[in-house]
Amino acid sequence: MKDRTIKVDYLARVEGEGALVVKIKGGKVVDVKLRIFEPPRFFEAFLRGRRFSEAPDITARICGICPVAYQMSACHALEDAVGVRVDGPIRELRRLIYCGEWIQSHALHVYMLHAPDFLGYEDGIRMAADYPAEVKRGLALKKAGNEIVTQLGGREIHPVNVRVGGFYRVPTKSELAPLAQTLNWARDAALQTVRWVASFNFPDIERDYEFVSLRHPDEYPFNEGRIVSDKGLDITVREYDQHFTEEHVEHSNALHSVLKGGGTYFVGPQARYNLNFDRLSPLAQQAARDAGLGNRCRNPFKSIIVRSIELVYACDEALRIIDAYEMPDEPAVSVEPTAATGYGCTEAPRGILYHRYRVDDHGLIVDAKIVPPTSQNQKTIEDDLRRFVTANIDMPTEQLQWQCEQAVRNYDPCISCATHFLKLHVEREP
Amino acid sequence: MSATSEGRHLVIGVGNPDRGDDAIGLVVARLVRQTRPSGVTVIEESGDGITLMELWRNAGIVIVIDAAQCDTEPGTIYRFDARLTPLPAQSFHCSTHAFDLAQAVELSRTLNQLPNRLIVYGIVGKQFELGTALDPSVDAAARQVARRVLQDLRDAWGIQVIGEIPK
Repeated sequence: MKDRTIKVDYLARVEGEGALVVKIKGGKVVDVKLRIFEPPRFFEAFLRGRRFSEAPDITARICGICPVAYQMSACHALEDAVGVRVDGPIRELRRLIYCGEWIQSHALHVYMLHAPDFLGYEDGIRMAADYPAEVKRGLALKKAGNEIVTQLGGREIHPVNVRVGGFYRVPTKSELAPLAQTLNWARDAALQTVRWVASFNFPDIERDYEFVSLRHPDEYPFNEGRIVSDKGLDITVREYDQHFTEEHVEHSNALHSVLKGGGTYFVGPQARYNLNFDRLSPLAQQAARDAGLGNRCRNPFKSIIVRSIELVYACDEALRIIDAYEMPDEPAVSVEPTAATGYGCTEAPRGILYHRYRVDDHGLIVDAKIVPPTSQNQKTIEDDLRRFVTANIDMPTEQLQWQCEQAVRNYDPCISCATHFLKLHVEREP
Repeated sequence: MSATSEGRHLVIGVGNPDRGDDAIGLVVARLVRQTRPSGVTVIEESGDGITLMELWRNAGIVIVIDAAQCDTEPGTIYRFDARLTPLPAQSFHCSTHAFDLAQAVELSRTLNQLPNRLIVYGIVGKQFELGTALDPSVDAAARQVARRVLQDLRDAWGIQVIGEIPK
């Protein structure tokens, strides 16, 4: 019997740092550890004593890829605390800026991080030598997302125009109009993306996951909805802490989030898709059918197709919002703090992002809790790896490591990009 | 007229203000901006590679300043002519984004989208944890790099610079 350790280390400060270790002994997988070092813990402490109105901008700095998600969850939680509801054009603009962030994030992941796995390239740069047209299309798609975030957020990275209650400034209808031209192109490019990725080869793997996402009565979810699962969970955002808990694990300073009495669950595009297929636009639904997907998809490797379908939806939804937009009289609803606790949960590109704030009657934050999507998927990723390695125990180490990394990237965790640069250390015992 | 004189000249400071020495590129950019170099746009960026590619794609002269992570002394300055050589990828792996500076250079090279001149300064940082301050050795290197950027602009490319970098 030989022992093998597949160990992947890196020090890239890419939305956190991490490492992946898979230990095989006596032909069995004995250990799988995915270590992620997350910044939210620092920010939770940093938020204490700060004014409630600072939370959107402070938490936006947690993640360079999804600052809008942090801003949106913070705004919704603080508006919940004081009993303010934002509707009409301001609400629509929030959905629009979220479309921009999904397009940015998904285009980057599909083209530069995930597609190279399927086409056999070490990274997107090497893939670009053989697929320049596709890579340019991916970059242009990401740029389309950037344009939305820049227009509404004031700048494309770490937008500064979002505030509790709405925006500091809202665009005129004519300021939004040029975006439509870009997005018409982007929607076609997204449809091409779906066709392209659907042609890849996929391992035949399905698991009986518990998918968790928001569900809204009328919309594919961005900002609002109940938290639901396909195994019967159906709660308000305020009930989150009664149903989910975070566990400390020895090998990671990130907290693993699990369902109380349940266990692992799966958040992100595939969860949204499985729970909200009927809320996708007709065009996105048709793109899914043309790609051979039904209204359920349990193969995690096909997340690249699902992410591409969400690209179609985000472009489609952005065009709908721009077309219907009428500039509101005020850019924000007035928000006066009271001593209260507020809860917010929105759909970041990678899945539900939960914020909870306790505010005192001076408007100062007493306590903050932030649960990012990656910590919710972490145990599910480890389970996937354990099953995958068990089923492929005799696969050559190099190929096994490649496919383990690919399995991690199915989830687009904040560490996924770095794994392209990892060096594999294999320890063998005679 | 050459593409160089047609294109915009850029000085781009890359960094994250919340992560200690990772802010150093931004500090250099601010110092350079104070000297008002003629015809040069000074930009502060957080390091998203694809945004960088968009910025420099049709530009003329581009100078990028970023923090670097390697085993040499904090404050050590490296200068690369990125058109001639790839950046040492691991050293610049400091981005808070999925697609960083070194990757952006290489993808631009593959797609024939590099600017006419692309100089990258790397300043070796010491601490990158959230909420930490600039290390004094790294802070001192910022003024040196700002002077070298001005030297590049003035001596190599004849760009007029009004102010000076304080000692």
